[in-house]
Amino acid sequence: MSEKLGLLSIYKLLPQTNCGQCGEANCMAFASRLLERSKLPEDCPPLVKQPKYKKNYEKLAAMIAPPIREVKIGSGERTVKIGGEEVLYRHQLSYHNQTAIAIDVSDNMTAEEIRSRCAATEKFSMIKMGQQMRLDMIAVRAASGEPERFASTVKLVNEVCSLPLMLCSTDPASLKAALEVQGVSEKRPLLYAATKDNWKEVGELAQRYICPVVVSSPNNLDGLVSLASTLESMGLKDIVLDPGTLVEGSLLKETINNLVMLRRSGLLKEKALGYPLLCIPAVVWATAEKADPVVTAYRESYIASLLVNRYADIIVMHSLDIWAVLPVVTLRQAVYTDPRKPVSVESGVREIGTVDESSPVLVTTNFALTYYTVVNDIEASGVNCYLIVADSEGLAVEVGVAGGQFNATKINDALGVSNLAGKMNHKRMVIPGRAARLKGDIEDTTGWEAMIGPQDSSEIGGFIKKHWDAPK
Amino acid sequence: MGEESESTNLVKNLLKVVQELGEIEIDNVTLDVEQLELIIQPIVSSMISGARPPQLSAKQAQIQQLLEAKYATPLEQYPGRVVEVQLGATRSEGGSRGSVVKIGGERTMPFYSFEAENPNRPAFAMDIFDMPLSLAKMVKMHYEDVMTDPAAWAKRCVEFGADVVSLNLISTDPLLNDTSPQTAAKTVEQVLQAVDVPIIIGGSGNKQKDPIVLEAAASAAAGERILLNSANTDNDHKRIVEAANKYGHSVVAFTPMDVNNAKKLNKTLLSEGLPKDHIVIDPTTAALGYGIDYTISIMERIKLAGLLGDEDLQMPVLAPASNAWGAREAWMKNEDIGPRELRGPLWETITLLTAMLAGGDIFMISHPATTRVAKGLVQDLLGKTAKGGVVEDWVTALG
Repeated sequence: MSEKLGLLSIYKLLPQTNCGQCGEANCMAFASRLLERSKLPEDCPPLVKQPKYKKNYEKLAAMIAPPIREVKIGSGERTVKIGGEEVLYRHQLSYHNQTAIAIDVSDNMTAEEIRSRCAATEKFSMIKMGQQMRLDMIAVRAASGEPERFASTVKLVNEVCSLPLMLCSTDPASLKAALEVQGVSEKRPLLYAATKDNWKEVGELAQRYICPVVVSSPNNLDGLVSLASTLESMGLKDIVLDPGTLVEGSLLKETINNLVMLRRSGLLKEKALGYPLLCIPAVVWATAEKADPVVTAYRESYIASLLVNRYADIIVMHSLDIWAVLPVVTLRQAVYTDPRKPVSVESGVREIGTVDESSPVLVTTNFALTYYTVVNDIEASGVNCYLIVADSEGLAVEVGVAGGQFNATKINDALGVSNLAGKMNHKRMVIPGRAARLKGDIEDTTGWEAMIGPQDSSEIGGFIKKHWDAPK
Repeated sequence: MGEESESTNLVKNLLKVVQELGEIEIDNVTLDVEQLELIIQPIVSSMISGARPPQLSAKQAQIQQLLEAKYATPLEQYPGRVVEVQLGATRSEGGSRGSVVKIGGERTMPFYSFEAENPNRPAFAMDIFDMPLSLAKMVKMHYEDVMTDPAAWAKRCVEFGADVVSLNLISTDPLLNDTSPQTAAKTVEQVLQAVDVPIIIGGSGNKQKDPIVLEAAASAAAGERILLNSANTDNDHKRIVEAANKYGHSVVAFTPMDVNNAKKLNKTLLSEGLPKDHIVIDPTTAALGYGIDYTISIMERIKLAGLLGDEDLQMPVLAPASNAWGAREAWMKNEDIGPRELRGPLWETITLLTAMLAGGDIFMISHPATTRVAKGLVQDLLGKTAKGGVVEDWVTALG
């Protein structure tokens, strides 16, 4: 969506009946939802259902279509959406569909290894900030060069795993064999890849089996536009661009430059460039014959992070080591966090578990990241307590103490509103270890005793067990 | 016969729609449904059956060759430029440093070398302290034998590849050792004698004492063009600015996570007489997973504003990547997420490279592996290394 797109130009295309079927108060409110992309034209029932609005609906859909096409891979619950981007810098609006992470398997691997890699990828799940962080796809590589063998590997993967697939081979016969495996083409796998040598056959496969397709032209952008334009003119719409992931020496500079240039071109609506970008940090394993696998996984992790920071919409990784994957999924979550959403939670006093008048009272800030981490830790440790959430203007403890936003008065404000003092048979609170220097000030201002808690909230359970003996 | 050919035409049209839109639109079809099914079935089913002969439309059949195309690089022109700040002074410049470090000077966003070459590579400072303190185990193991000797600690960092040493005078905190400014200044002298790279001097974070400590340090390092860390809205920044101007140093302007406050503080320091090329902005670097998204956006906004001509934000940016060690994923022992010996430095490395891509010019680092990886990565990103091998076909090359 261009930044110039205005509220009125959207509103003009809506029914303007203020019927409320979309859940908004009126059409103008719905228009503003469309503008910020929290709703889609399809969310307006009359627009979709009534033939008289058909033209307007089409106009609107085209108007608000993001310059980088949103491409769907797979089917069902774990369908992956990539692209759909509208801005170069996240503060200009927000990035939308987070980088999909595919883990590779090869038809040279044993069935056992394939099963275990698929299971590990599918089951991967970590909770952070109340969100589930997962891995998204399996990239099946035709390394053997034998179409039948590739097809049977794809069959196996499809049987043991519900994740969307990326079928990797530059040999059209191998891709075709895999697509003919029962149940594979229906799941809309991503075909990798159409190149200058096989574009016709691979393009036709994408057409016939209705699959998204990658065009690959390593470090040759003329070639990439040429391929994308050609496939477009064949009628293909779900295209992904692979400008090559070259990471050795100064080729890395070219890779990063290419990604920035392509995203900028795509956002400028240059012909055949408004598509998601694919990168393959797994290539570090190809040149790492003699390197230590730990060193290679380490390198793959930071190269993947570099690419997530520079517009990769889908990456293929080889390492499944949790220590190498965790920073990448954590970075991805951060980069794709909506900067328009409030960074803080409501201040006040929360009850965690079953509380009574002698329960411990803990203190934290209203910075969302801190708050969710602290609450998770308290819940995991089984401590029942009151939690004072002070309005630190959405800052973490350390920064809030340094900048003065997390202070005794804010804690006292939260206490006052809750009337916690009236409920308790004690006046003791545990303050964060990183706010130790506020102890005196807090005690003077609130009249409560301030115990200095642990530096990290993961130690709250142990701390309470050891140091909290509430008056009977 | 006439009827039949009309129906066949309709089917053909429908097939075209199927191919173009991927779905059938039957809004205006008045044909009897049974009849339609009868006609449409053989052709459609041949499309979706196993045999699937290619059914190329006339348009598609025309494409026998790759369309020629030329990629046009989208270039932008920025009216503004980031100023260059020099850290350290050589003998001929009135100091005693063997080398100086220049940061900033950008004409475009970091590593956008298709558009313009930025003159200076990012610089890497390593943290040392004037007293032993609790550090993550993986960091501590590299310095355990030098933690009581800041001069030896500084040398160790230079051996690890530090471009700059960042000495933090934390023992001056009244709640810790309450070391006097004079004693702290002696430590500064020792470090200046031990190494010949530029240095950064930080206080303890105590609002009342830091300006006095930094003033003493500035005097002890007269002419060395050190970087005083930091002036902020809560301390006596005027005093720090005066000391910097008197002894020829630069100053870090620290604000917690807010572009407007960063701008305001810069304005203030400028109005107090600190030259623009003696200011480095520290807009706060949050650890990966603990608010790094804010850091990305704040740094990008500062850098873009500077390039677009905002005079008050055209200074280079300092990013203490060592804040990454505050993240529990970096230091905590937890086998479920792998060995912390790897997680720790990796967390710092990724925090650093993220801030570097967003606009950081100089970094603070704790772990030697971070310095090593970052320096190598920067050379690659700037194209200063030889071209490496190209993986012809990763699909087969990975085995």
